[in-house]
Amino acid sequence: MEEQLTCKESENIIELVDLTRVFEDGMVAVDKVNLKVKKGEFVTFLGPSGCGKTTTLRMIAGFDKPTSGKILLNGQDISGLPPHKRPVNTVFQRYALFPHLNVADNVAFGLKLKKIKVTYERSDGSRFTKVEKLSKAEIAEKVNKALKIVDLEGFEKRSVSTLSGGQQQRVAIARAIVNEPQILLLDEPLGALDLKMRKDMQLELKEMHKKLGITFIYVTHDQEEALTMSDTIVVMKDGEIQQEGTPLDIYNEPANSFVADFIGDSNIFSGTMTGKLKVRFLNKTFECVDDFAKNEKVDVVVRPEDVFLMDEGKGQVDGKIVSSIFKGVHYEMVCKIGKTEVVVQDTKERKVGDKVSIYIRPEDIHIMAKEFTANKYEGYITKKNTVVFGDGEFACDVTQLYPGSFLDEEGYLITAEGEKIDLTDVDVEVEVGLKDIDLNDVDTLEEEGGAVGNIVSIIYKGDHYQVIVRTDENEEDYVCDTEYTWNENDRVSVSIKPEAIRLKLKEEVKR
Amino acid sequence: MASSVKAVARENYAGNEKKTFRALFKRSYLAIPYGLFLALFVVFPLFLIVYYAFTDKSGGFTFNNFVAFFSSSTYVSNLLISIGIACVTTAVCLLIAYPVAYILSRFKSARSYIFVLLFIAPMWINFVLRAYALREILNLFGLLGKTNFLNTVIGMVYDFLPFMILPIYTTLIKMDKSLEEASADLGGNGAVTFFKVTLPLSVPGIVSGAMMVFLPSMSCYVITDTFGNSKVPLIGKLIESMFGTNANWNMGSALAIVMLIIMFITMLLTGGFKGEKETTRGNAL
Repeated sequence: MEEQLTCKESENIIELVDLTRVFEDGMVAVDKVNLKVKKGEFVTFLGPSGCGKTTTLRMIAGFDKPTSGKILLNGQDISGLPPHKRPVNTVFQRYALFPHLNVADNVAFGLKLKKIKVTYERSDGSRFTKVEKLSKAEIAEKVNKALKIVDLEGFEKRSVSTLSGGQQQRVAIARAIVNEPQILLLDEPLGALDLKMRKDMQLELKEMHKKLGITFIYVTHDQEEALTMSDTIVVMKDGEIQQEGTPLDIYNEPANSFVADFIGDSNIFSGTMTGKLKVRFLNKTFECVDDFAKNEKVDVVVRPEDVFLMDEGKGQVDGKIVSSIFKGVHYEMVCKIGKTEVVVQDTKERKVGDKVSIYIRPEDIHIMAKEFTANKYEGYITKKNTVVFGDGEFACDVTQLYPGSFLDEEGYLITAEGEKIDLTDVDVEVEVGLKDIDLNDVDTLEEEGGAVGNIVSIIYKGDHYQVIVRTDENEEDYVCDTEYTWNENDRVSVSIKPEAIRLKLKEEVKR
Repeated sequence: MASSVKAVARENYAGNEKKTFRALFKRSYLAIPYGLFLALFVVFPLFLIVYYAFTDKSGGFTFNNFVAFFSSSTYVSNLLISIGIACVTTAVCLLIAYPVAYILSRFKSARSYIFVLLFIAPMWINFVLRAYALREILNLFGLLGKTNFLNTVIGMVYDFLPFMILPIYTTLIKMDKSLEEASADLGGNGAVTFFKVTLPLSVPGIVSGAMMVFLPSMSCYVITDTFGNSKVPLIGKLIESMFGTNANWNMGSALAIVMLIIMFITMLLTGGFKGEKETTRGNAL
């Protein structure tokens, strides 16, 4: 029975169960993290600073106590154990070598504290066990072996302060692995090294992981490092796991726009599903391979290297090159399509101003669910201080663009500092809440402004309907929550109260 | 006839006018006032002391002052008592100051600053005032005039304790906390971590604290006067009497030189001259 248990548990060496850490100031550093790490795996926690990756590592090491949740090591909860009783060792961010000890003494620090049970046999055959420390010869042998692994033979008597950053890093690794831990924790160990050294050490660490066969848990904010070394990458943000998977999965199938943006360069568009395996973005419907419900609002991610440039008219959408930079192996070009910029990487250069056409293969279009909380449009302000977006013109409050401003009799905006600004044709980002859109029959007397479209989708959401109205001209969508019943294909007019239209300047207006 | 002005050549202006001033004034000139100060108030007095120590009253060269010092059992015992008092004071200060500094350095809240301040504040209060206050307390317990040696040590410890706490506290606060974490990570429990990492690494603080206490407590005769009923003869007192009541400047200077050499040797032994290598010395402890 017991053997069965160990067999089952040996699969996962570390298991985090609802692990949570709330700091004294109330900040939630790690929020209900659940994770299983297999024995012998190279797992990387990846995320921007402050995402909770280091705190998670520190909790596994025992330097930080979880507020709630469990850390299971081989199936046993170790969250109450002090660090010196855990069979894990850490390579610290700034190495944390003992400055008063030489290289050999640093590496031997853990060995000198280690106690082992030795069983002796008397001449009469009876046995007894004794707890002993490792002998000096044993320690010296292990230290030598560890230093050999990190390529630092002959450095035993050197003072650690005379070593270079890379050498100190190796000592720190030797000091940890010499104790033969079940898990090696590495907290951004290469952060302080220069680029070339870092690349070399990445490969060496990977090699070491293969040789030693122990579990590595690695923390980094460098996506390239994570992709190079890991078996599994755990992408974190705001104390939560965003995605967990192999480097290939994470790169090719990011779970959301954050992961897509964090791993590698990417173009992120907002799009709408227009049919089965059809998505509309860049004002064009593309075929895709991800299945989402019709009319769902989605994030579309396309890697720059997956966008192909063709001669005008030959691809899916036409655009114009607005910038081109040589990056060594490829050119990084920006193609402007309508008002949207698409970053393209290609080995063939296109000159700025060239008219081109882009082509994206269906399998290179990655679609992610988007949490839809508000309608977002790009628009501009008119001479009458109304705003045009989504195929319609709406009255709005332009003074919200500048706090403390007001309109004078001629319709110019006067800022709090007394500056006069002409807002005509200024580009703005428009946001309208789902509940702020009113729908009316087109037959009823049309008010001034507004937009007109057909209802393309009605979803019942328990206590209200979510209705999508699509305009004719540019196929702009208005998503609105309403309590009234409509029918699909009803032709309706859209009106929005001026105070419900939230405006943001796209860029600082030139005065 | 109106003449027009036209620029015929334009070049970048790099502020070359200042060059003449720069050439005349070197940065090292700033050191001149300090050099003068040192010469006037350190080198010259030192020279005077050496001069007096090796001359007799008529001004002739002699070693007699030193011979007299080392052949007098009173003088030598004074010196030994001074060293003894200084050693005891330093040891007691260290025993009290280290735990205090350690606990203070572990305080996490911002309020810890107030506690540190409480221990350091006595340094800012007038020395004589503090001495007399403590004297009254000793009097209250009926110790004054009876346990002269003990009273002296109490007075010295009271007086010099902040000088021991501050450097130790500073070293502990500045210590990289990840070193203690590394020790725990490698299997060291609290005691191992303290004795193998924290203590060795705080040796620089201990050394500078010990110097701040040991050297002045050897000659601080005001405290023996106040607490020890003037019955504990310190070498400082002896020097004072040579320059005062005995009017024997030559002997006084010789005593000062002996003190100077002892202090020099102490500094040499504790490595007080080389600040950088101190961290590596932790092994010796």
